Amino acid sequence: MSAASSRTRRSLLLLAPLLFFLIGFFVWPLFSMMSQSVSDPAVLRLLPRSAEVLADWDRNSPPTIPMQTALMKDLKAVNDDQALGDMVRRLNSARSGFRTLMGKTTSALKETANPPVDLVSIDKRWEKPEFWLAIADALSPYTDRNLLAAVDLGRNAAGDIEHLPPDQSVNGVILMRTFWIAALVTFACVCIGFPYAIIAASLDGWKRDLMLGAVLLPLWTSLLVRTAAWFILLQEQGLINDLLRAIGLIDAPLALIFNRTGVIIAMTHVLLPFMVLPIYSVLITIPKNLMPAAASLGAHPLRAFLRVLLPLSLRGVASGALLVFISAIGYYITPALIGGPSDQMISSIIAFYATGSANWGMAGALGVVLLVATLLLYSVYARLSSDEVGGR
Amino acid sequence: MPMKVAKATFAMLTIIFLVAPLIAILPLAFTSSVILTYPIPSWSLRWFEELFFADAWRRAIFNSLIIGTGTTLLATALGTAASLGLRNRLLFFRGSMRTLFLLPMVVPAVVLGVGMQVLLAGFGLTNSYIGVIIAHTVVAVPFVVVSVTGALAGIDERVELAAQSLGASPATVFRRITLPLAMPGVLSGAVLAFATSLDEVVLTLFVAGPNQRTLARQMFSSIRENISPAIAAAAFLFIAGTVLIGLVVVVSRSIMAERR
Repeated sequence: MSAASSRTRRSLLLLAPLLFFLIGFFVWPLFSMMSQSVSDPAVLRLLPRSAEVLADWDRNSPPTIPMQTALMKDLKAVNDDQALGDMVRRLNSARSGFRTLMGKTTSALKETANPPVDLVSIDKRWEKPEFWLAIADALSPYTDRNLLAAVDLGRNAAGDIEHLPPDQSVNGVILMRTFWIAALVTFACVCIGFPYAIIAASLDGWKRDLMLGAVLLPLWTSLLVRTAAWFILLQEQGLINDLLRAIGLIDAPLALIFNRTGVIIAMTHVLLPFMVLPIYSVLITIPKNLMPAAASLGAHPLRAFLRVLLPLSLRGVASGALLVFISAIGYYITPALIGGPSDQMISSIIAFYATGSANWGMAGALGVVLLVATLLLYSVYARLSSDEVGGR
Repeated sequence: MPMKVAKATFAMLTIIFLVAPLIAILPLAFTSSVILTYPIPSWSLRWFEELFFADAWRRAIFNSLIIGTGTTLLATALGTAASLGLRNRLLFFRGSMRTLFLLPMVVPAVVLGVGMQVLLAGFGLTNSYIGVIIAHTVVAVPFVVVSVTGALAGIDERVELAAQSLGASPATVFRRITLPLAMPGVLSGAVLAFATSLDEVVLTLFVAGPNQRTLARQMFSSIRENISPAIAAAAFLFIAGTVLIGLVVVVSRSIMAERR
């Protein structure tokens, strides 16, 4: 065996453990989250016999006797109340009236002394094809309901995609809010981080070290500690309000916590290093004599900045802004601790669906939306930063 | 020059914005009051006592140490091996593998948390130490990979070739040349992995049970539910730990630079 192929084999052996670990515990979880968002087993799991019979139904004639018998058998076999509740909730969301109909039917089926002959004798509604149609549609193990609902779309009775009524359109508001907060934080970071990086790059010695150290120290500090620190500073009796009152700027304490202002301030603090460092790393590669050269040729400082420094540093600003924006849209801890109810971002809603109401379908669907947005932005970022190697 | 003054003022204000919050929380760790506000009535160590002797906090510190140690060992072993494998430039999919190894840093923690909970529940690993260690390792491993590949890139391959030409077997070259030269990178990767595990909240919220509450998780819920100066005491420990970690990283980097 040649040396090159034995080296390749050794490299593959070294890579394999991490590769399998990440496929098992990183890629697979993401896929199982995606499959949660499209899987819909609540009805099929309980009605296997009906599923067989309904496959032959023409979808508009009145229910046949075998269909009724199959459904009665299925319903009698159910012994898990929670699963039954899940199924009824699912059917009721497709067609209202199922809740009462199913309640009546299951209690009638429990009657052993005088067993009902067929479903129609229990309730006349079982004659209508609409109810059977709802069951037949819900029997598919896959659904796009959650994914559509994540972007405020739904299917109407005819099966066409349309906007959900405004009272159900909560996710769109939260998505817009997430992007808006992330955009505000990115804007604040550019406004502070760009000039800061320019000043730091123009200095040298201890002054530059001090400016960079001030960026690195918070970066290395625990996120929770930083959030706790802002909690203490921003609260009603906090240092900021005390200071402002002491110098007589305000009489009553400002509301800085549990609202948008607090979230923006704390998130800007947390993410500012991600803006300063990429810009700084681009700026130090720009020759220092360019700005004096522009000035010596008679350019006004502002004009020199706009025509020389800004175009050269734009790539650093763009990668910093993308990095901040990507991190910001996935934020959970800071809005959860510093924000109020109207500042919760998409991550909080995902966590609520997952842990609060055990609605894994919706949690997965919103997760897919966030994941896709993040990966799209990241691919732009990766292209932008890999250009560094190739040069311009 | 007004421009110079404006620049200096702006830089000073931003430095204060960046650093002041971290300094402001420190004295509150030593307050004797039960509320987290200034002015501090008198100094006391009661909140450190609470931290080390109250059941919830003591268990949380203990859990953080167990999970942090497990994560550090697993992530360092996996990440170092993979970084060594990535050195081979002839490998197919080298770039895509590198991207995959770094991707856990990018994916939002809540998204990973939902998937992780679904998956680990299937294996019966939720509410177990091993489940939390696995989850933390996924997000800690990119830091090890970045740090070790950086150190490996700095090694002059001619040194290894020289050893080889003098008759050293591949195992000897690795043990006597490559590993010692890469050691600062491995160590700083391990430190970063430990720090990541220590600070991880979101995945812990999803996969850990009440028996695996970590220090970060405990801080999160006490800021949310009943904020007390114990938070400031915990933050003091964290910041002191960060300064220590920072020193370790800086020292190991300078050792690495000296050797080059």
